[in-house]
Amino acid sequence: MTTNTQNPGSGGAKPPLQIAAMGLAVLAALYGLALANATTSSVMAFHGLVFTLASVLALWGLARFKARPQGTVLSGPGVVYNMDVVKYGTIASVFWGVIGFSVGLLAALQLAFPALNFDVSFLSFGRIRPLHTSAVIFAFGGNVLIATSFYVVQRTGRARLAGDIAPWFVFWGYQLFIVLAATGYVLGVTQSKEYAEPEWYVDLWLTIVWVTYLLIFLGTLWRRAEPHIYVANWFYLAFIITIAMLHLINNAAVPLSWSSPHSVIMWSGVQDAMIQWWYGHNAVGFFLTAGFLGIMYYFVPKQADRPIYSYRLSIVHFWSIIFLYIWAGPHHLHYTALPDWAQTVGMAFSIMLWMPSWGGMINGLMTLSGAWDKLRTDPVIRMLVVSIAFYGMSTFEGPVMSIKAVNSLSHYTDWTIGHVHSGALGWVGFVSFGAIYCLVPWLWERKRLYSLQLVSWHFWIATAGIVFYITSMWVAGIMQGLMWRAYDSLGFLEYSFVETVEAMNPYYIIRAFGGGLFVAGSLIMAYNVWRTIRGDIREGEPLPESVTVSAAAATA
Amino acid sequence: MAKFDHTRFEKSPFLFLIGILLVVSIGGLVEIVPLFLIKSTIEKVDGMRPYTPLELEGRQVYVREGCYVCHSQMIRSLRSEVERYGHYSLAAESMYDHPFQWGSRRAGPDLARVGGKYSDEWHAIHLGNPREVVPESIMPGYPFLGKKALDTREITARLKASRIVGVPYSDEMVAAALDDLAAQANPDSDTEGLEARYPGVIMRDFDGNPDVVTELDALIAYLQMLGTLVDFDLYRADEDGNNR
Repeated sequence: MTTNTQNPGSGGAKPPLQIAAMGLAVLAALYGLALANATTSSVMAFHGLVFTLASVLALWGLARFKARPQGTVLSGPGVVYNMDVVKYGTIASVFWGVIGFSVGLLAALQLAFPALNFDVSFLSFGRIRPLHTSAVIFAFGGNVLIATSFYVVQRTGRARLAGDIAPWFVFWGYQLFIVLAATGYVLGVTQSKEYAEPEWYVDLWLTIVWVTYLLIFLGTLWRRAEPHIYVANWFYLAFIITIAMLHLINNAAVPLSWSSPHSVIMWSGVQDAMIQWWYGHNAVGFFLTAGFLGIMYYFVPKQADRPIYSYRLSIVHFWSIIFLYIWAGPHHLHYTALPDWAQTVGMAFSIMLWMPSWGGMINGLMTLSGAWDKLRTDPVIRMLVVSIAFYGMSTFEGPVMSIKAVNSLSHYTDWTIGHVHSGALGWVGFVSFGAIYCLVPWLWERKRLYSLQLVSWHFWIATAGIVFYITSMWVAGIMQGLMWRAYDSLGFLEYSFVETVEAMNPYYIIRAFGGGLFVAGSLIMAYNVWRTIRGDIREGEPLPESVTVSAAAATA
Repeated sequence: MAKFDHTRFEKSPFLFLIGILLVVSIGGLVEIVPLFLIKSTIEKVDGMRPYTPLELEGRQVYVREGCYVCHSQMIRSLRSEVERYGHYSLAAESMYDHPFQWGSRRAGPDLARVGGKYSDEWHAIHLGNPREVVPESIMPGYPFLGKKALDTREITARLKASRIVGVPYSDEMVAAALDDLAAQANPDSDTEGLEARYPGVIMRDFDGNPDVVTELDALIAYLQMLGTLVDFDLYRADEDGNNR
């Protein structure tokens, strides 16, 4: 093991590399212009110009880019971490979170009050809903994952992030992906595959960014000074590589031309349905679960100041969860034209998935052994622990809903929407908020957050919001499913479809109220993060020892 | 062989990477590949044909507006669904759908067999302002569809790209794409070629505005053919080839 790896040849990012990158940026700018000139589509012209603008900004950034100082220690004692990109990622997470949640609130209100569609194409629910799902999953969740993985892989390996320009390319390239995808939906460019709506050219761009991300992650692991790769990184690695595989196969398409925003997907009908939900359920399994379990495995023990409960359990549940998750897709297609054998296999594996999921929950919760008192004093730990509880709840609900008999009632209803949100708001949201509340004082080297009371407010408001959200959707979804299959005494279907729509209205309003609370919580977080970064400490709040996050704790 | 030790993985990022790739590949291989190999996956039916150019453009409007977000096109094989929507959907009925439009949620009703259930005029009014015909509806209004001429510049390229991924569009169909598109929306034109190429095609001025082919024309043409192609008098679910 190298302890004091000096960078031979000195100079960090060597000028030739920087010049090559600048050359690429010039080519990219010209490509964008050529695209805007050649296309018959106004959206593609717009996206070409956005691409050119991004390339020009990249050129400007590269020209100002300062190579790391000579002799920067890359791993081992005295290592100099690259935390600037993590700071950007943390701010981007908060920013996209607030936007993504707010767009979700608009979508929820549109279902309660259809006038809010305004009869305008770019504001109608069919375009807003994909905007919401992509903004929360990929913009908010993606930035949280990139930021935390870049933090965790450096700290747990005592190694500086591989590459100097590359991490910035991943960060800004990913933001460009978000902008292209989001503006595309609003302007009507989508391939209509759920959670994979971006068209072929945006998919290709994401592929370039993602492969760079994988290489940086692997490079940093390669450089590590610790003999073992810490468990959080197993999950991040599984997340990055599996998402790459899913993305490439699910999005395989033939573009209409090099300058057309449209394409025809390679797969059709029943095969496409299977591939889509193989992708779709593993966007849940690997993006929203494995990646965020990586967060759990670092931030929970860190904030609780306790070791992970069981090393053996982490090995067993890691391999079993990544093996089993991949099979679960067909439970989205019960009683459809997908052959029965595939449905049954999907259901069986979905039920088995309950076990490794709870393995993760147990490992996370039991890490609190001997530190449960911190729940009372530390609202950040409270957020992390409740996220694990929601994880346990929704990974129990999921296998239940994957049983064919249950699914015959729940499928197509808003029960599914409620299930997704108990995982998304409760698990993904709260574990991310917990990680952000940990990261901000660590990264900006503040004594503690601006206000722990505001974290407490965020926690309770958001928790109340989630409860309104999921209980209203449980009731509404089950009601909807029962009404669709209700028969009158003469053996006829009792309700017309529109009667079931009408019955949903009060629940849609309660759900929107719950969503509104969740948005309010995220605004409190944004304010708290902003004041912390400014270096403020809210007056009149005690500073108990157990919640003081000192620079010493962060460097341990 | 030496006793297996997990630390081997923990000490090599590349070994770990390969281990992960192997483990996550298996499920997909077992569930997806057979769907391309087992013949009975797609039933043998009479009547399926590729979309006409106008229907294909209408489908594109359907995709663009995100209709799949609220409307499924997949009737499950459950009594209550079959009685509400008609014969359960067959895999064969979406064999030319790139991508599929089965959907995942019913904020609105299933549309797999909406073709022929309502008049063109009903669709035109309903799409413009759903609450004019269904007061309790929560569907957004799409009044702009009827005002916008259909952009037909990509139709030939779309047919060609569809052919690459396996939709059986002939050279003749590709060559006649633009003419076929115009002919379907104008019943007074020469429609002989169109009818020969796309058996059972519905030819009408769908939106009530004969001057121009609008996005509304295309969308209604698409909706009116949904679920109407397969001849269920000839379909035998218990036939060997359909046993799945």
